[in-house]
Amino acid sequence: MSALIDEQRIESPPESDYKLPRINPHKTSEIVPWLRTPKTIWCPGCSNGTITRALIDAILGLELDAEKVVIVAGIGCSGRIAQYLEYSTVHAAHGRALAVATGVKVADPSLRVVVAMGDGDCSAIGGNHFIHAARRNIDLTALIFNNSIYGMTGGQMSPTTHTGDKSTTSVHGNVEAAFDLSELAHAAGATFVARGTAWAYRQLVSVIAGGIAHKGFAAVEAMAACPVYYGRFNLTADPAEFLKGQKEHAVPASKFEEGESRLHEQYPVGLLHHGERAEFVTSLARVREEAQEALRG
Amino acid sequence: MPASPILMQGNEAVAEGAIAAGARFFAGYPITPSTEIAETLSRRMPEVGGSFLQMEDEIASIAAVCGASLAGQKAFTATSGPGFSLMQEMIGFAEMAQIPCVIVDVMRGGPSTGLPTEPSQGDVMQARWGTHGEHSVIALVPSSVYECYTLTVAAFNLAEQYRTPVIVLSDALIGHMREAVTLPEPGSLRIAERGIPDCEPGEYDTVMSDLDNILPRPPLGSAFRVHVTGLVYNRRTDAPETGDPEVAGDLGRYLREKIYHHRDAIARVEEYEMKDAEVAIFAYGSVARSAKAVVKWARARDVPVGLVRPITLWPFPTLAVDRMAEQVRTVIVPEMNLKQMSWEVQAAVSGRAKVVDFGRVDGKLITPTQIEELVRAEFYYHDWSKS
Ligand SMILES: Cc1ncc(C[n+]2csc(CCOP(=O)(O)OP(=O)(O)O)c2C)c(N)n1
Ligand code: SF4
Ligand SMILES: [Mg+2]
Repeated sequence: MSALIDEQRIESPPESDYKLPRINPHKTSEIVPWLRTPKTIWCPGCSNGTITRALIDAILGLELDAEKVVIVAGIGCSGRIAQYLEYSTVHAAHGRALAVATGVKVADPSLRVVVAMGDGDCSAIGGNHFIHAARRNIDLTALIFNNSIYGMTGGQMSPTTHTGDKSTTSVHGNVEAAFDLSELAHAAGATFVARGTAWAYRQLVSVIAGGIAHKGFAAVEAMAACPVYYGRFNLTADPAEFLKGQKEHAVPASKFEEGESRLHEQYPVGLLHHGERAEFVTSLARVREEAQEALRG
Repeated sequence: MPASPILMQGNEAVAEGAIAAGARFFAGYPITPSTEIAETLSRRMPEVGGSFLQMEDEIASIAAVCGASLAGQKAFTATSGPGFSLMQEMIGFAEMAQIPCVIVDVMRGGPSTGLPTEPSQGDVMQARWGTHGEHSVIALVPSSVYECYTLTVAAFNLAEQYRTPVIVLSDALIGHMREAVTLPEPGSLRIAERGIPDCEPGEYDTVMSDLDNILPRPPLGSAFRVHVTGLVYNRRTDAPETGDPEVAGDLGRYLREKIYHHRDAIARVEEYEMKDAEVAIFAYGSVARSAKAVVKWARARDVPVGLVRPITLWPFPTLAVDRMAEQVRTVIVPEMNLKQMSWEVQAAVSGRAKVVDFGRVDGKLITPTQIEELVRAEFYYHDWSKS
């Protein structure tokens, strides 16, 4: 359910006429030029590399003008993506990526802005910016690396850590409830909401591309494996086993039974919500024109 | 046709000054006593083809300002005490990433919610040291409505020239005061533009900015494909590098020297009736108005008192304070805080003159009468009964 009061809101059901872009993965030799360095700080078995590749694949598949692509990232393992990608990039402060990106997009609407955030980055310290960017329906693509934990700082609980889960700050098991980030985005007014997993690569590319192609606020939740912390404390430290778990639990949105989305049981993937309503930057341009028109008399 | 005087409020003058300086992006969050700046810009920004954004808080406001500036626009925000506190982390980001932008802080009594509608000068040290880590800042203090306009223009120019955030420290009194002002002709203003480095994108990485040649950063979304980061970076390549003490030390020193090396060029001071002054009043912002009245009062009685009014508070105007310390026997420092700048004056005067401080933190302006008392004490041998 949307938490938005907006008469203009038009919701189109996911499977009507809209289809996510289908993109054939590119060869490694086509991907590599978009990386600034072959070295990352990411642990072996981490999903961040897979998601980074999927983002490049999506940008290539959409045939975007690379000069106009801007990546704004927050702070976390995931946020490091900014320094690895060969586009215009900003590695902002923890939680503030969406607010920085709002300024970027308004100042230069010709830019295609992807905002890379960790789950904590996006929904704890940056939670306020997340709901308000969604409410404004500003044309940004939020790409959330959801590994259910604070990876960078060494495995503390996050707002997406499930009840009972262990972390270095929920040693006896988490007593808090977790956010479903996709539903949070939808409730706050995002007009494109989709989820992919590191396991299903083609689908991941497709949901990211759909988000970028969408005009309005797009939330793309990439379910990621942090085998080093989340996995080791809760599931398995084996990256392959972790991804197999994703394969079992991820259910295509069309087949998802109504009910609770639970990380280790079942959760819907693919396009979750898709609609249209006034986009923020476009509305600002209209106000600008009207104000200038009124001045001219 | 010469411009005719208009009645204007300090906060409005800030908004109009920013537009004259070329700012086309404002993001803010309402807070007394700065709100009129946002309200004015909500109307004016669209009229001049710019953008006005009311963000969800002050952190988002300064973050959006950083983003807009990185995308090539002149951008600013305005706030007061609690909001200024919230902005500190992102002001540090702007320092570190060298993002030109302007932050207007209309000072009110604090800490915390404090005295929302009353003036204060309690943020002068926060402006200098508010964000963590070693850095340097530029902060300007207007003491009239006219200066709210001209110093906002100057702030944007300095921000561009030194690729840095610049803070304008207004206060509740100056912000809400109305004065008749004759604004400078738009064509007469010197406006610094951003520019683009004069080199091929491939060369940019290896071209270095030095202290006397601070290159502009190309905007996001250009062939330069810049990387902007809050991590310690190699300032020749802009690539993050946190493992090399030499790189970190080089950047840390550069960020400080970038301003300090130029401090005599940046620092602006008004020296009023200082020629033969034996006692100086060192006062800034709204308090300088009372101080100036006292100088006039004293001079009318042949008492040699002068005013040193820093217009640039940071970097600290060392040259002018040196001159003053060599000349006078006493420096009186009245301020609407308890000794924040007076410590700084004392350090700079370094025993060459007596420093008398006078502070007020009750939300009321320091009156001329209060400063007169301090002046009388320094001239106890003067026959005051005659005047
Ligand atoms: C203001 C602030 N508070 C705390 C931190 C420390 N910190 C860095 S990353 C992080 C959490 C990272 O978790 P997440 O956002 O989920 O990203 P991940 O590392 O899992 O990709 C924290 C708490 C910080 N950098 N800044
Ligand atoms: S700590 Fe976890 S999220 Fe971070 S790089 Fe390692 S595996 Fe990835
Ligand atoms: Mg995380």
